[in-house]
Amino acid sequence: MLFGLNILLYFVIIPVLMLLGLFLCQKDNMKQIRTVAVVGSTLLVALSVYLLVDYLALRAAGETAQMLYTDSWCWFENLNINLAVGVDGISVAMILLSAIIVFAGSFASWKINPLPKDFFLWLILLSTGVFGFFISIDLFTMFMFYEVALIPMYLLIGLWGTGRKEYSAMKLTLMLMGGSAFLMLGLIGIYFHSVPEGQQLTWNIVEIAEKGAIPHDWQLFLFPMTFVGFGVLGAMFPFHTWSPDGHASAPTAVSMLHAGVLMKLGGYGCFRVSMYLMPEAANELAWIFLILTGISVVYGAFSACVQTDLKYINAYSSVSHCGLVLFAILMLNTTAMTGAIMQMLSHGLMTALFFALIGMIYGRTHTRDIREMGGLMKIMPFLAVCYVIAGMASLGLPGLSGFVAEMTIFVGSFQHTDMFHRVFTIVACCSIVITAVYILRVVGKLLFGPVQDEHHLKLTDATWWERFSAITLIVCVAAIGCFPNFFSDLIKFTFDPEFFTVLGLIK
Amino acid sequence: MDYSQFLAMKQEIGLLVIFLFVFFYDAFMPKKSQGALAGITTMLFGVFTLYGFFCPCLNGACATDAFAGMYNTSAIVVAIKNILNIGVFIVLIQSMKWANSEDQVIRRGEFYELLLVTLFGMYLMISARHFLLFVIGLEAASLPLAAMVAFDKKRVESHEAAIKYILTAVFSSAVFLMGLSFVYALTGSLYFDAIAAKIAAEQGVMLIVAVTFVIAGIGFKLSLVPFHLWTADVYQGAPTSVTSYLSVISKGAAAFAFLVIMAQVFGTVYSQVWEWMLYALIILTITIGNLFAIRQRNMKRFLAFSSVSQAGYIMLGVIAMTATGVSSLMYYILVYIFSNLAAFGVIQAIENNTGMVSMDDYKGLYKTNPRLSFTMMLAMFSLAGIPPFAGFFSKFFIFTGAIEQGSIAIYVLVLIALINTIISLYYYLLVVKAMFIHQDECKIANFKSACSERVAMWICVAGIIALGIVSCVYNSLLDLTDGTSLLANLF
Repeated sequence: MLFGLNILLYFVIIPVLMLLGLFLCQKDNMKQIRTVAVVGSTLLVALSVYLLVDYLALRAAGETAQMLYTDSWCWFENLNINLAVGVDGISVAMILLSAIIVFAGSFASWKINPLPKDFFLWLILLSTGVFGFFISIDLFTMFMFYEVALIPMYLLIGLWGTGRKEYSAMKLTLMLMGGSAFLMLGLIGIYFHSVPEGQQLTWNIVEIAEKGAIPHDWQLFLFPMTFVGFGVLGAMFPFHTWSPDGHASAPTAVSMLHAGVLMKLGGYGCFRVSMYLMPEAANELAWIFLILTGISVVYGAFSACVQTDLKYINAYSSVSHCGLVLFAILMLNTTAMTGAIMQMLSHGLMTALFFALIGMIYGRTHTRDIREMGGLMKIMPFLAVCYVIAGMASLGLPGLSGFVAEMTIFVGSFQHTDMFHRVFTIVACCSIVITAVYILRVVGKLLFGPVQDEHHLKLTDATWWERFSAITLIVCVAAIGCFPNFFSDLIKFTFDPEFFTVLGLIK
Repeated sequence: MDYSQFLAMKQEIGLLVIFLFVFFYDAFMPKKSQGALAGITTMLFGVFTLYGFFCPCLNGACATDAFAGMYNTSAIVVAIKNILNIGVFIVLIQSMKWANSEDQVIRRGEFYELLLVTLFGMYLMISARHFLLFVIGLEAASLPLAAMVAFDKKRVESHEAAIKYILTAVFSSAVFLMGLSFVYALTGSLYFDAIAAKIAAEQGVMLIVAVTFVIAGIGFKLSLVPFHLWTADVYQGAPTSVTSYLSVISKGAAAFAFLVIMAQVFGTVYSQVWEWMLYALIILTITIGNLFAIRQRNMKRFLAFSSVSQAGYIMLGVIAMTATGVSSLMYYILVYIFSNLAAFGVIQAIENNTGMVSMDDYKGLYKTNPRLSFTMMLAMFSLAGIPPFAGFFSKFFIFTGAIEQGSIAIYVLVLIALINTIISLYYYLLVVKAMFIHQDECKIANFKSACSERVAMWICVAGIIALGIVSCVYNSLLDLTDGTSLLANLF
């Protein structure tokens, strides 16, 4: 409770107030627009930190319910649709991640042009959807917020993007909406099988999981529906093709938010809906999706090696890293799942950092082709150093977030003793090496090579808002790397075997 | 004769009063006071719409038969009439400027008279429980529309459209009557309940033929594929006010009448005779409508095909034959009225001021007319089913209503419909793209739309935003069906 309202509601109320505030701003008054964006996103960060502390305090005080801060308001009575909210450790972590990235994204789009007001309106609408998704535990509202988060991407990329923006925007929107078509069918199917015959049907995730009444045959049908539905957003092979084009064309802040947060919606949804509600089917069908995600992991990494556009490299790298998230979730054991959540956090922050830096470099050199750039370490040392740090996090240097996450995932995956899982774990492990190849290649060429263009010598280093945005993200990346226990404890509570039925199935 | 049974027809009588008022006003009032006709009619109709909500029939048990069961009214029938009234009211506001324009002033009275007569026909279609009355309603709702389509006397397309419309309307009536004569031959009655009782016993090829003809007849009105061929040309040729009336009111009424007939008359043989026909029609309608909409550049043709596919979605509400399906269908019609009228409102405003109707002309509209383009965008998003706009909720509920039936075939059908929403999203986004993303060329200069047009658009926008989020609309529609899960008992 905060000022008489459930604290989780503020994560929707604040963005909505920001939208109203932006609506009242004058059209081209950057000062007003920035004020609204910065004040709002700072409030969100503060609130999510407060939520984190309060959540940990509640847990420390011995609160053992699965979801805390639960509340429910009746919406569509006859269909039993409620506005039900509640969070566990994973959601808290995701909310924190989103708040940080929205915050950093606001700073990264400090000088957005043209139509700054519209840009922030759509960006904040997108984040409303994201926050709403993470706080919901009702399938209907969850799905609604999910789609709210998807549609602004079209205009954000189409209007403010670069390159083949119209094509990319349309491709991204249609593919993601295509995923949500499967998802919608899956969710309605879950609703109609949510409880044993004769009881009131429900959309509430916690209730459905408790009852565990979805018949086995229906699980086998609905699990792939929902998993593919969310998997499209999680860039699962072969549904990943929107990601490189979309990320490459999007403006900086949108790439950050999309790769950093929106792709996590996919992973989170796969975990929260597909796995959590249909554990039997997950256990039986995991192998199909393990193959697909295994391909994403390796294929994404290899594709990144041959790209020359900085954003494409990073987008394919995201395919690989997000593939690893789904891969770990499908391993169905506590260690790997903890790793998956850590990887979501780590990848979210790291990719956001990457895209922010690429945006800043592009803003100066007006090219993203690594063949046309070189020696940036001399020209813009701050950005170059940040880039190296992001790269190191990506290839898993101990002390930064990537190492912790990937290590946990692979240790967890290797706990399976059968051939199939082990082979795939080893294959997925190879991606670390490939990641090192493309990261080091870019770092060597871009930052340390000879200067390719005389004009680049005149370029300046980062401005204060750019530094601020980058440093915020680096601090978070390092924090996960240095204090992994804090985060894994936060998450681990969710995997309490008492309620996580998936774990009951795995020895 | 017991004259008190006329009291069951309160809404029809109210409509008739307005019609007579308009008729006499138009015929006998001096020329200088004629200018107020549009305003007066709209206002009167507004009052009438309001009256519908306080009609005693809404407050529960008043399902009334009249004329030996030929006519029936109940809370749910009153509700659908109210929904249509809201739509007509918005259309009337939208068309005020057009009706008062120089070209139309001479036949302004006729426009309102014809419109009210068609609405009267639709009322009869909905309330009829005897095929004789239904056919009267059907004809009253179709024939005057042809005159309305031909209203733009100076445009050739308008005449062409009228010819096409009247030919298809008459043809479809003939097909429908053919089906009816089969039904009569089979059962010896034209009362809905009497037919229903008889056909359950004797099924055969004759019945299948009869049902096919009846479905085809109403399919023309609803422009279900393969009976949709007239739609695009007529929508394009007719004056925009008439097009919007055709696309929402006429379609909504036909959809509901279809539901009533199929549920009441042929409901007992649903799974044996026409379930698969309905599946095929829905899949064809949604898919073909969508595929043809992709290529259209003229906004009115574009919305014509979009409305063809929307009719397919509306039909999804019939599938499950449950109360949830019916209320979802009514809710879908209501939301569709608001979304489509918002789109037509923008098209009309632009057409009235600049004469442009091509999607290419809409490029850069956001730069010059941000409000119009926002309205258009909301309409497109709502039609495509994007939250938090009403279209999302109506789509979600109609799918939920269909899946309630539970068989795996329904899941496949809904999946096809869902994949089609992605196709539809593509072409709805094309409009958004033209308005928002192509900002280099602005063909349409900034203009100030008429007050009446703005009022109508505000109503539509408010509806698009509020109808979904404010849950009481859908809840109250569901409450109407309270207690009955069997569809045949509903009406």
